[in-house]
Amino acid sequence: MSADTPVKDDPAAATGGPRGRSIPPWLRRLADVNEVWTFGVLVLLVVFFTAARPSTFLTSYDVTQIATNAAIYLVLAVGMTYVIIVAGIDLSVGSVLVLSAVLSAEYTIHHGGAKAGWGTIAVSTVIALVTGLVWGAMQGWLVAKAKVPPLIVTLGGFGAALGIAEIITGGQDPTGAVSNHLQHAIGFGKLFGQIPWLVVIAFATTLVFGLVLAFTRFGRYTYAIGSNPEAARRVGINVDRHLVKVYALVGLLSGLGSVMWLAYFGTTSIAGHATDNLTVITAVVLGGASLFGGRGSVLGTLIGVFIPAVLSTGLIIMGVQQYWQDVAIGVVLVAAVYLDQFRRRGRERA
Amino acid sequence: MTDPLLEARKVTKRYGHVHALQGADFTAYPGEVVALIGDNGAGKSTLVKTLSGTIRPDEGEVLVDGKPVQLGSPLDARKYGIETVYQDLALAQDLDAAANLHLGRELYRGGLLGRLGVLDRAAMRRSAVAAFRELGVDLRDVGVPVAALSGGQKQSVAVARAVVFANRIIFMDEPTAALGVVQRGRVLDTIKRVRDRGIAVVLISHNMPEVLSVADRVEVLRLGSRVARLTAADTTVEELVGAMTGALDAAGKEGAA
Repeated sequence: MSADTPVKDDPAAATGGPRGRSIPPWLRRLADVNEVWTFGVLVLLVVFFTAARPSTFLTSYDVTQIATNAAIYLVLAVGMTYVIIVAGIDLSVGSVLVLSAVLSAEYTIHHGGAKAGWGTIAVSTVIALVTGLVWGAMQGWLVAKAKVPPLIVTLGGFGAALGIAEIITGGQDPTGAVSNHLQHAIGFGKLFGQIPWLVVIAFATTLVFGLVLAFTRFGRYTYAIGSNPEAARRVGINVDRHLVKVYALVGLLSGLGSVMWLAYFGTTSIAGHATDNLTVITAVVLGGASLFGGRGSVLGTLIGVFIPAVLSTGLIIMGVQQYWQDVAIGVVLVAAVYLDQFRRRGRERA
Repeated sequence: MTDPLLEARKVTKRYGHVHALQGADFTAYPGEVVALIGDNGAGKSTLVKTLSGTIRPDEGEVLVDGKPVQLGSPLDARKYGIETVYQDLALAQDLDAAANLHLGRELYRGGLLGRLGVLDRAAMRRSAVAAFRELGVDLRDVGVPVAALSGGQKQSVAVARAVVFANRIIFMDEPTAALGVVQRGRVLDTIKRVRDRGIAVVLISHNMPEVLSVADRVEVLRLGSRVARLTAADTTVEELVGAMTGALDAAGKEGAA
């Protein structure tokens, strides 16, 4: 690079100095980062509840409990982030989780039940992961190749996966679905006796797929396809294959979620996942992802998962009636998206 | 004149009963700007799509450097050093200029990270900054999403993407249609600069004065075949319009190169 024209990390200061606005460039840059705003909302909530109940909110018990409750949703939300960035949607996550849990539980029941050893645990875990992966890939194929809108494909998948799970079990959660070993080691176990394994698994998953989205070709193509699939096709990206991979990924993570669920709760909870999809989509959108595709990040989603989690814990501690949580989360969701659009319009008027 | 860089011979393309191309010919030489003009429905887009690998012709052949080639996809065309600037620019609006420039041709980190698909963003950024500087494009920041750029800047990014990777031919479909006067001038300057590097620029345009100001030669399509080949310096807007519409058929053929 020649030294005469300083076109580097701060070209705004280099060329736009005289006509630049009075706000310092680093601050403008920071304000342009979505996660900063979302994180601000989270901090505000924490500050508010800490001020309201200084002695009870955010004790170490609370933090661990909030993180554990959010762990499974976080895993699902990481997959959902990819799907939403490619301008898709996956309504089936909760049902795929149930189906994966049921199929893995069926294997456990017939191979030792609650007293099953680590061999059974390993096989049942693989069954859960493969179930999610295959179901997701199938939905991805329907979206990419059969050109059925993702809303419809995954709405169908939502019903069908749950239906199959109910047919297999007769609609009742089977007993002996989980090995006690798995429950003790993963469900209630803690790394170094401090951090619950569920939280460790969730954060490791988040870290890995966050890095993949931000720094690799797979992530770059995810954004490109969400922004302009036709342009992606013209530069030689295999758009259809990428879409199948993305839906397979969210399926795989639903399978992982089912293993975590079984380990923690010890039951398949067939009837308990009807609104997982909405919870997860809310988190991803709160995290700054655009339902029109092309925008979002795993870091944003991480923050987005914790906003409802902190909100509900805080409201419980303040003794507010439980139903107000849903109202509050709904209002926060709509307000967040409104503010985000308002801000983006300001930035993109050029 | 030197040997043709790209040639289309007797190319035919039918869509059902519509004959989009009826034995169309086209020639581009190295280091020239050749304008491809024609009325709506004359077959310009179909011909360009054939030559850039987007569609396959029913009959006829395409030659690069005098050798017949099969252009089955835009990727095939790229291998021969042929790039296209689409009318809609084909940019990913949420990605920045550097990412768009390298879309589908990302640079990777060395070693294990590279094999895992980890991108070398710093290198792509440097290469983008260098490319824009070389083209004289004024982009204050290659790191902001393309959506935040002006129309002219977006155009520049799309042109730069083609210029950086094309080593033989660039097709530009209506590159100035959406631009203001100043930006239009910049794009035309860029076209000339690219030509001076020995690359053939094929300009598809409706704007006759613009065609005459920037092109070296003009090839005219009418009803799916080439009806005239003109030297821009020796022709007039009236003559071009006459050739396009067929009103001055005889005059057009006399002027053929």
